[in-house]
Amino acid sequence: MISADIQTVLPEIVLALFAMAALLGVVYGGKDRLAGRLTSLTGLVLALIALWIAYTGEGTRTAFGGSFNDDGFARFAKVTVLLSAAAVLLMSRDYMQRRGLLRFEYPVLVALSVVGMMVMVSAGDLMVLYMGLELQSLALYVIAALRRDSAKSTEAGLKYFVLGALSSGLLLYGASLTYGFAGTTLFSGIIEAASDDISLGLLFGLVFLISGVAFKVSAAPFHMWTPDVYEGSPTPVTAFFATAPKVAAMALFARIIHDAFGGIVGEWQQIIAFLSVLSMFLGAVAAIGQTNIKRLMAYSSIAHMGFALMGLAAGSVLGVQAMLIYMAIYVTMNIGTFAFILSMEKDGRPVVEISALNMYSKREPLRALAMLVLLFSLAGVPPMVGFFGKFYVLRAAYDAGLAWLAVAGVIASVIGAYYYLRIVFVMYFGKESEALDGAMPVFQWLMLMGSAAAMVVGVVNLFGIEPLAAAAAATLVN
Amino acid sequence: MTVAAFVFYVFAVTVLLGGLMTVVSRNPVHSVLWLILTFIASAGLFVLLGAEFVAMLLMIVYVGAVAVLFLFVVMMLDIDFAQLRAEMSKYLPLALLIGVIILMELAMAFGVWDFSDGFATRIAAPTGEAQNTAALGLLIYDQYIMLFQLAGLILLVAMIGAIVLTLRHRKDVKRQNPVAQMHRDPAKAMELKDVKPGQGL
Repeated sequence: MISADIQTVLPEIVLALFAMAALLGVVYGGKDRLAGRLTSLTGLVLALIALWIAYTGEGTRTAFGGSFNDDGFARFAKVTVLLSAAAVLLMSRDYMQRRGLLRFEYPVLVALSVVGMMVMVSAGDLMVLYMGLELQSLALYVIAALRRDSAKSTEAGLKYFVLGALSSGLLLYGASLTYGFAGTTLFSGIIEAASDDISLGLLFGLVFLISGVAFKVSAAPFHMWTPDVYEGSPTPVTAFFATAPKVAAMALFARIIHDAFGGIVGEWQQIIAFLSVLSMFLGAVAAIGQTNIKRLMAYSSIAHMGFALMGLAAGSVLGVQAMLIYMAIYVTMNIGTFAFILSMEKDGRPVVEISALNMYSKREPLRALAMLVLLFSLAGVPPMVGFFGKFYVLRAAYDAGLAWLAVAGVIASVIGAYYYLRIVFVMYFGKESEALDGAMPVFQWLMLMGSAAAMVVGVVNLFGIEPLAAAAAATLVN
Repeated sequence: MTVAAFVFYVFAVTVLLGGLMTVVSRNPVHSVLWLILTFIASAGLFVLLGAEFVAMLLMIVYVGAVAVLFLFVVMMLDIDFAQLRAEMSKYLPLALLIGVIILMELAMAFGVWDFSDGFATRIAAPTGEAQNTAALGLLIYDQYIMLFQLAGLILLVAMIGAIVLTLRHRKDVKRQNPVAQMHRDPAKAMELKDVKPGQGL
């Protein structure tokens, strides 16, 4: 029995072992001198594990008495998480090295947090869910405060830690109420216990659980930490925060509500629809006044989480499929955008003011064009792929009888388009001013151009992720 | 009221009182002492439940190690608790309001608590007759081995994090080098000079 179980969790074990071996090797081998190489190696290993999971995984397996699932849904989420983490690591090497931020613990912590994310998306038990979530979050708190001599970075780490601990407390409380009702922490047992007629106690548990996870995906009204943490953390870390953990937390969200509470869709549908509307509007409105591009991306991510939640609110296979497609597109756009933000610098110092982009198109026409495509896509302007992501979630919500939610989504995305287009305006028609002079390392350039190209070329068939996401969603919802 | 029920209420009231005093007492050292009382009383509750091993763990790990560590930290840190308290009193009314609302909601939830159908079969102990350490061993190293290992990884991350965030290699401190010390040659380290009276070296 145990060998079959280990077979199922092998990717996680391999990654954890790699992280530990890397830690030992570098501590005795050369410490920070090897940090750059270790960062690239870790990125490579993450990408390889993603390919391994994508090409060898098939069927649905459970391990450890049903507390760990390896199904199509988990694999889709894992591949997205691993690839985005790999891309961010490879992008961050040069930026962090030039600023003396790169320490060998950084890739190790990222790898360990990815292990946590992989466990999260496979969780089949409330305890496994919590362990995965804590492993992921704890590593994230540390890398948020990586720039120790900057007050903002330490503040970001501390704020993230305190609020994250609070959200973990909410989640645990919800888990204990659920356990008190169902008598088991296994999702398979909870779904048996929580069918049609549920007690008030379980509803409380459900609400606490959802609040805890909403914190992690930074859905309004649990979003307060996001702008400060995004602004304070070093930019590559912000890029990481905006991609892999979001996918993992969103997949975890889907897993809880479908695997454990799939029998009582009516109970959580309104809660999630409410979170979704609030996030979309807050993200769209609050971003308008921002002058710092990292804060703007924070609000943008809140709004995007609102759209992804709209897919979940539908409570159907189509909804989960739409959410997966949305997250995959969102991650691709964000990696490209952050590759651009990483290159924003003047005289070797990073610049995050939007006004610094004045007339950027004259100096770097190609990069400005790529950024324009990405911003259009983020805003959901029709020919770009970002539009299709929004289209899928809107359709899922409409099919599930949430037409009002779909209408609200359209309104919010029109409001949100303003601030994306404002950046485009500044880049192309802004005032003449001192230009940015940052060079762009090859890998960042590739990521920026690659994701911008994907936003245009992907229109043809979304690179075939649509049937994959459909198959993944079908394994989760039944 | 049976003896067991009486003992339960004594411990339960002590836990609540200890928890409350931990939060409200003015002196942080007293807070830690109240916290220790809370731990001890909850250990008593575990004994009543028949979980002696967990009770002993609570005593050894939490009272013996964690609380004492807390005490040291509280005594070593130079924090102006009066100022913190003044900050807190600003938010107190709002916090109290929210607390009371949540308390009422929870009272409502627990007032009508009912268990799901088949609760008894689901909650049955998976280890059968085995108890305490034997049961824990059966669970931790078999069914929950993955959770156990994940907990280990979390601790590893905590350790790395603590080192990353606090360790500084200061250049201005002279460090001990044991290897150099051991390979020191006494013959070369010391030199005897015959100093003539009335002359310097």
